[in-house]
Amino acid sequence: MLRRLASLPVVLFCVVTITFFLIRLSPGGPFDSERKLPPAIEKQLLAKYKLDGPILDQYTGYLKDLIHGDLRLSTKYRNRSVNEILAQTLPVTLTLGATALLIAVTTGVWLGAFAAARLGTLVEGGALAMTLLAISLPSFVLGPLLILIFAIKLSWLPVGGWGSPMQLILPAVTLAIPYAAVIARLLHDSLRDTLVEDFVRTARAKGLSERAVVYRHALRVAILPVISYLGPLAANLLTGSIVVETIFHIPGAGGFFVNSILNRDGFLLGGVVIVYCVLLVIFNLLVDLSYRLLDRRIRES
Amino acid sequence: MILCGMIIAVLIGPFLFPHSFAVPGTETYAAPSATHICGTDLNGRDLLLLILEGGRISLLVGICGAGISLIIGTSYGLIAGSSSQGIDNSMMRFVDILYSVPRLIFILIFINAFNERLQLAASNHGWDWLVGSSRLVILILSLGIIEWLTMARIVRGQTLTLRERSYVAAARVLGEGYWTILWRHLLPNLAGIILVYLTLAIPSVIIDEAFLSFLGLGVQAPQSSWGSLLAEGASSINPLKGAWWMILFPSLALLTTLLALYSIGDALRRSISAKNQ
Repeated sequence: MLRRLASLPVVLFCVVTITFFLIRLSPGGPFDSERKLPPAIEKQLLAKYKLDGPILDQYTGYLKDLIHGDLRLSTKYRNRSVNEILAQTLPVTLTLGATALLIAVTTGVWLGAFAAARLGTLVEGGALAMTLLAISLPSFVLGPLLILIFAIKLSWLPVGGWGSPMQLILPAVTLAIPYAAVIARLLHDSLRDTLVEDFVRTARAKGLSERAVVYRHALRVAILPVISYLGPLAANLLTGSIVVETIFHIPGAGGFFVNSILNRDGFLLGGVVIVYCVLLVIFNLLVDLSYRLLDRRIRES
Repeated sequence: MILCGMIIAVLIGPFLFPHSFAVPGTETYAAPSATHICGTDLNGRDLLLLILEGGRISLLVGICGAGISLIIGTSYGLIAGSSSQGIDNSMMRFVDILYSVPRLIFILIFINAFNERLQLAASNHGWDWLVGSSRLVILILSLGIIEWLTMARIVRGQTLTLRERSYVAAARVLGEGYWTILWRHLLPNLAGIILVYLTLAIPSVIIDEAFLSFLGLGVQAPQSSWGSLLAEGASSINPLKGAWWMILFPSLALLTTLLALYSIGDALRRSISAKNQ
């Protein structure tokens, strides 16, 4: 575990380095845009961020600022620092992501256990076919379709926007459904393998009902692959939220990310990527930790 | 079956349409009718034709990208699985890290960083074919670069079990070299499982491509793909005028293809794991 913890700064350092050089390799200087800055100001800005020196100095300068928690200024949205923009938009993205994570895990686990408790029946086949369909439904297909049905035809839910809980439902469901299906399949497969093991046979021999066997005994062991999937899941949800935010016009960090690529807003782009990666690395560490705790408890008992 | 139909349709379909369907016309946002089965778009072009042409790009990207991921993933997995435990551990740890990083986001920056350079290099060297489609080439390359992780894991797992088999030990005793064993003994036995994961990699690449194109950062005009058509469709719906066909038909095309590919992969995987047991 300590080794994992030690690898954290290494991973982050690599992420920062790759991001920095990819962005610096993009054509154009950081302050060229439609609205040209007065030369004196541009010179001053370049000097402040050491962008007039050789690339190695630029890189160490950026690293130094990052260590001090300064993500620098956005070059497109003048007068606003990347820190400010992220402080406003990140909570939105995280709320959306956390809700989607919750939906994906609860429905996924429920559906997976539901299917595995009915091995070999038509219900199981139907549930599996449904998950296959859901996996093939990427968010940019599902989102517009859901808007078309629930917002335009039925007028039950708002088309988009942000602020009320009602506006959270459609985007979170859109984001969650494909991953709920992935979790359901994962859990179903792992339950199917667990249900033939000795301790399950013992539980059955004790005369427990099939339901109690699946939900109370086998699920505890079979949930492990789902837990280790949480890390990649969080990465996918963060990436997916970029699209969902675009579809539902949600003022989250994803929209700024897309715009920063189109506008060549290097520091904003770097800021979003680096903050996303920091969050994901920490989340992965927590997942790892809980996996180990669970795994040990299972092996001990 | 469905998949074959789709491939044939996108290959020959576009030639069957009259020329007037492809050029901008006056009938903008026409609802589906007998002449335009799927309706028309903002510029009055026939949507069915656009879907078929977009399908060409989507399938091309999917197949080529999956091919690249196959090459990278198989070699990575083979080398990791057949090396000493230390190397194997650190190689797979690297894969774990990549899994938990938002790879598509890096790819976005990557495409952005290298597209113009490639275009410049292509026009300097006089490779005219590359100038127009440089974005497509870089898209295929970069999607191949990010989709190999699952393949590497599976191949490595299989290699670990295969290397303990007696015929591999026999080959080693006979003094065959490391690479010969990989190439002659391990790879042929991995072919089945590689094929399975190839059919599962193609839809993932298609989804990723559609994702990028949906954001306007993948395939760009004049080329179109299912993703960019969907993006157009999504931008054209609002409570006032719902051009529902602009979303429904590209979605259906994408959905049936993905579903067909996933079902094939799933069925193949089940049959292989049944055979192994």
